[in-house]
Amino acid sequence: MSSTDFVLAIEDLTVSFDGFKAVDALNMYIDNNELRVVIGPNGAGKTTVLDLICGKTKSTSGSIKFKNKELTKLPEHEIVRAGVGRKFQTPSIYENLTVYQNLEVSYPVGRSVWGSLTFKRTPEVIEQVHKIAAEVLLTEQLQMEAALLSHGQKQWLEIGMLLMQDPELLMLDEPVAGMSAKERDQTADLLNRICKNRSVLVIEHDMEFVKKIAHKVTVLHQGKILAEGPMEKVQADEKVIEVYLGH
Amino acid sequence: MKVLSEKLFGGKQGAIGLAILSLLLFVVFPLWLDLFRLGLIGKYVTYAFVAISLVLLWGNGGILSLGQGMFFGLGGYCMAMFLKLEASDPISTKIQTTPGIPDFMDWNQLTALPWFWEPFKSLTLTILLVLIVPTLLAFIIGFAMFKRRVGGVYFAIITQAIALILSILIVGQQGYTGGVNGITDLKTMLGWDIRTDSAKYILYFANAGLLIACMLLARYILTSKFGMLLLAMRDKEERVRFSGYDVSNFKIFIFCIAAMISAIGGAMFTLQIGFMSPSFVGIVPSIEMVIFAAVGGRMSLIGAVYGTLLVNFGKTMFSETYPELWLFLMGGLFIAVVMFFPDGLAGVYEKYATKFNLTGKLSKLMIKFNKSASVTDELVGEKP
Repeated sequence: MSSTDFVLAIEDLTVSFDGFKAVDALNMYIDNNELRVVIGPNGAGKTTVLDLICGKTKSTSGSIKFKNKELTKLPEHEIVRAGVGRKFQTPSIYENLTVYQNLEVSYPVGRSVWGSLTFKRTPEVIEQVHKIAAEVLLTEQLQMEAALLSHGQKQWLEIGMLLMQDPELLMLDEPVAGMSAKERDQTADLLNRICKNRSVLVIEHDMEFVKKIAHKVTVLHQGKILAEGPMEKVQADEKVIEVYLGH
Repeated sequence: MKVLSEKLFGGKQGAIGLAILSLLLFVVFPLWLDLFRLGLIGKYVTYAFVAISLVLLWGNGGILSLGQGMFFGLGGYCMAMFLKLEASDPISTKIQTTPGIPDFMDWNQLTALPWFWEPFKSLTLTILLVLIVPTLLAFIIGFAMFKRRVGGVYFAIITQAIALILSILIVGQQGYTGGVNGITDLKTMLGWDIRTDSAKYILYFANAGLLIACMLLARYILTSKFGMLLLAMRDKEERVRFSGYDVSNFKIFIFCIAAMISAIGGAMFTLQIGFMSPSFVGIVPSIEMVIFAAVGGRMSLIGAVYGTLLVNFGKTMFSETYPELWLFLMGGLFIAVVMFFPDGLAGVYEKYATKFNLTGKLSKLMIKFNKSASVTDELVGEKP
């Protein structure tokens, strides 16, 4: 496998579940500071690609290189520590903790058993929590139990928890699912702000939202790339219209 | 300093709760009860060690172990082996075929002390082994289970199976372990007779002191970032893993700590009651101890101690009059608690405390006295 300048280089990635190839010889490259959106019909393998990158699913063959570091053999927490953050499709936050605690627990210091026992709440931690809370519009809710947040706010909180770790690659699985129109706009602004110094990979179905944020779009179909490029080009592609946008 | 006391006592409310419990254990019970009843309390308090270990492991970590009895038992057996060796000196066992070895070994035609009994000739080694043996077993089980991501009900069943295996092993190896009778006839510790009244008082206070110390240790763990991570893992394990934590290490650690705390309880049980038997190792005691924690409140260290005391009071009272009904009553109690008061006594207390705004009134008072609270405290102030 070659060495590249890309943040993320996926080459010949295949995963098969009992013979069914959910992802089939996929090649995908993501640039520095790029915001890439992956679209495609249900079952196209979008979430599986994220699972493969973050180590939740192990690949059958192929390579995933993050800053030229092979990820396919690493355990999940090592991949996170290398700088890859991933948001799940359904908001995955700690409902029993406050918003503040949710963010603090995600702060990337004290990640070992001993480190967490001796972890101190320094002014830097507090400052970082407040900074991120402001970024994801949750300053008012810091002391609130996370279970009481609205659905949209939970999505933001999870994005905030990832931002606490300052990942170089941020992967978001349907970040605006279940959000109101206003929340979608706010989320689009948020994503446009946070991709300034990192790369972001988003899976999304909402085409209006995709238009607002995407630098480049990849269309997946049956585990393979159907089309790739700027939004206008992809939308005009006949194959894409046929399998995905048409209906 | 302020931070440390906050971590140990869990804020003002926690400190008050701990003070009341200490008052009961150190002053009220010893003054109010005769030695027989106080001895019963001492026995219940040894179970409370297991209950607080379950608060850490189950209440906060979401890891239900149905085998805590084996750690309690192992701690107790380690202590009993030391006391038994001291009670089996060659002079008092001169009528045996092989004098100088425990009586049950002699009955089972053993002619020499088995190698694994040797370290228990030393008290220092014994105390170390009380702590190390159960912790090591917990580490092996935890490593094998949590690294393979075995959790939930599967983990509970496996711990139960191991507890059963261990109790069968102890019963079966009569010559080495004393079999179903356990290790009995314990008399002295370094020449100090543990059966006298004064020794009983001293052991009672040592036991209560150790319980409070274990509670402080547990509180320190729960108020650190580790404690927050435990709650987070209970809620969304995947999210913790994908936040860069090696979840299994955290689970192994808390399982080991819980085993060690249970073992201290077991060792104190042996010292106070004067014997240890396989009936404290198997499934039934392990499940009973889960009930103690559930009744008291599996999220509350103090609640678990009260739960243990109350259930055992009930057990003693009822089984004196209606021995055959007790088990049904206890089963019913467990079902009722799980269905109606999932947070146990501590949950009920908190509910009514909030209803009558006890905490609110208290904190208003405190604010009056403490207007100069620092700015960071207000910025970060956690939920009560």
